[in-house]
Amino acid sequence: MEKTKKGNMARLNRWGLIFLIPFTIAFVVFQLVPLVNTVYNSFFENYRSGLKQVGPNFIGLENYVSLLTGGDLILYFLNTMILWVMCFIPQIALSLLLSAWFTNPSLRLRGQRFFKTVIYLPNLIMASAFAMLFFTLFADSGPINNMLMQMGLISEPYSFLTHIWSVRGLVAFMNCLMWFGNTTILLMAGMMGIPADMYEAASVDGASPTQIFFRITMPLLKPIFIYVMITSLIGGLQLFDVPQILTNGTGDPVRSSMTLIMYLNKHLYSKNFGMAGALSVMLLILTGILSLIVFRVSASDAVKKVR
Amino acid sequence: MRKKLVSIMIAGTMTAAMLAGCGGAAEAPAPAPAESAAPAAEAPAAETPAAETPAAEAAAPAGDEGKVLNVEVWNDEFINRVKDHYPGYEATSETAGKIGDVTVNWIITPTKDNAYQNNLDSVLPGNLDASADNKVDIFLVEADYALKYVDADVNVAMPLSDLGITDADLSKQYKYTKDVVTDATGALRGSSWQACSAGLIYNRAAAKEVLGSDDPAEVQKAVADWAAFNETAKKMADKGYKMTSTVNDTYRVYSNNVSAPWVQDDTIVIDDNIKKWVDDSKAMVDAKETTTADLWSDDWSKGFWEDGKVFCYFGPAWLINFSMHADDASSIAGKGGWGLVTGPQGFYWGGTWICAAQGTDNPTLVKDIILTMTTDDAVMEEIAVKDSDCVNNKEVLKKLASDTSFGNAILGGQNPYQMLADGAELVDMSNISIYDQGCNEEFQGAMKNYFAGNATYEEALDQFNKAVVEKYPELKTK
Repeated sequence: MEKTKKGNMARLNRWGLIFLIPFTIAFVVFQLVPLVNTVYNSFFENYRSGLKQVGPNFIGLENYVSLLTGGDLILYFLNTMILWVMCFIPQIALSLLLSAWFTNPSLRLRGQRFFKTVIYLPNLIMASAFAMLFFTLFADSGPINNMLMQMGLISEPYSFLTHIWSVRGLVAFMNCLMWFGNTTILLMAGMMGIPADMYEAASVDGASPTQIFFRITMPLLKPIFIYVMITSLIGGLQLFDVPQILTNGTGDPVRSSMTLIMYLNKHLYSKNFGMAGALSVMLLILTGILSLIVFRVSASDAVKKVR
Repeated sequence: MRKKLVSIMIAGTMTAAMLAGCGGAAEAPAPAPAESAAPAAEAPAAETPAAETPAAEAAAPAGDEGKVLNVEVWNDEFINRVKDHYPGYEATSETAGKIGDVTVNWIITPTKDNAYQNNLDSVLPGNLDASADNKVDIFLVEADYALKYVDADVNVAMPLSDLGITDADLSKQYKYTKDVVTDATGALRGSSWQACSAGLIYNRAAAKEVLGSDDPAEVQKAVADWAAFNETAKKMADKGYKMTSTVNDTYRVYSNNVSAPWVQDDTIVIDDNIKKWVDDSKAMVDAKETTTADLWSDDWSKGFWEDGKVFCYFGPAWLINFSMHADDASSIAGKGGWGLVTGPQGFYWGGTWICAAQGTDNPTLVKDIILTMTTDDAVMEEIAVKDSDCVNNKEVLKKLASDTSFGNAILGGQNPYQMLADGAELVDMSNISIYDQGCNEEFQGAMKNYFAGNATYEEALDQFNKAVVEKYPELKTK
């Protein structure tokens, strides 16, 4: 009897393994091999000048050294972080507010479904199309400038795309607009997971809505909140399409809106796989460190408890 | 049992489907052995530099040649020229045709985001080994990056002499059009039917209002050199006109007249004339005599209408004929309100060069197409009359210049050919380098920040240097 059970288990295990094959192959072919390859490539001088191939010559850590000593990397990292913070703070505030409203049964909001769909819609547009739209809207002779001039607010066109903070503002605004719907839905899922009796108990005890939000919703929402924050941070570090299209790949003015991935993309013109590889590896490490920091700081209670 | 079979099959197909995706890369070289016997003769061509490439292939009788002619283009301009002017060409569809029993395939890759060059970069190096029907036979290039493809070491474009085209065949072409496609060893590797010498296109109404006359001779005096040009810019600004639509309008004029190439001994050097463009442009932007808009943007082209209030554009015949919205009756072009003068310095803009791809299996046909489309007097004249191209043929241009019926309606009846012909003689492209496209683009982009007041000249220059080294990692900066 026991033997057959074991046999069954083994047979079932075999099926488990077979079903794992598609994922494993996909992971190895499309993730692991490129990852190892990237690290390997980062130690070589390997680029094309015109149609002439230079390298690959092994140069050790030279690519890393020139990236780190160039000094630009810090600048592009800061740009990326500034753009992320500018986008994340309004986005999370808006999303928290909306999801608190949507999940609050006492408000009895009408047309919830409709609004949930509407706020998610911007995310369905391709980021590049969205950036192109804004590029046209905010051009010197675009509709926004025309409107502002006709309203008498400005006397001559304000060139949005040649000022540091207006470009950054536009990028942050676009990203915020595209992602707040997504964040709202994630946070709502988290809030709906909080047992209703907690709220009831709180209101019976005479807690105000503000108190309920900060004392009950927020603490219990923490796991989801951290998840949202980390995914948004990783997404933010990989910010590319919106500023790339909006600034035509230049990161103007004076590369103040050049993100890390845009910088990576610059190396692909000369097919500079060595330098691009080194940059990617550093980005990977950076993402790891930042995620760890966020996790440590926001989940400090949980970490303590485990200890 | 049956269930088991089904699940095995499902798992199997999923795995197979994924692996199929990886198969693509392996397929490409596969057909090579099948035809390896045929191109044995041309195999050495891959190693030997162009000058010594045996001309044996070119001399091969037409009967042995390939049945498919593949042509790499970025738009339908050349397709239409061949359709309209090459004897014996029959179009079978928008992107295919026939010359005798040879099928012509037009492979269109747009220039946007460097896609056209990326495509050439991937197909040309392996062209010798491609199967006969897949070989690229002709590809087109633009001046900005022509040197990249006509380079002797790279050797992807055949020297015209290997095709049997002689200097005498090309004697009526302008020198600059040959400079653009001449490699370091002096071998010519392309040919163009256009001579895109350009001039200053001015708004006649603005000229009358501000300068008191719209006569080309008078206007030329007001823009004869950069000092006069800047003087006139002030007058234009006083009357509410922008001198040019953007600083990038004048860039080509300055950059075509540099005294040395962008790169010397692997170091990037800013030429005096380029620096002069920066200084002149900064002064103009500060005085609100021009803007920093990009070429081809809406902000740039608004001056094609009277409300745009722009005095002049710099451009060749094709800009006048095809880009200034002449078909819109409300535009200045529609009313015939432009005039053309030489301007401060001679320059050219655009043009398409035909190159024979190394490894072509249709050398005789390729030779005939190049000769017919770029040197035949009758065809050249036909192209000039039908398509308004400023053709690359001194004799034909001379004839057109003296023909009063060639007045251009957009230019208020002015005949531009004499001026364009004179201009084409003046253009000197001996200082081009393979880095020109990258350097010119990045320089204009970086300086935009200086003009807009976001950076000092040094900061903008620093940004330019960085961008160029990213594009060409082998270069050094000062």
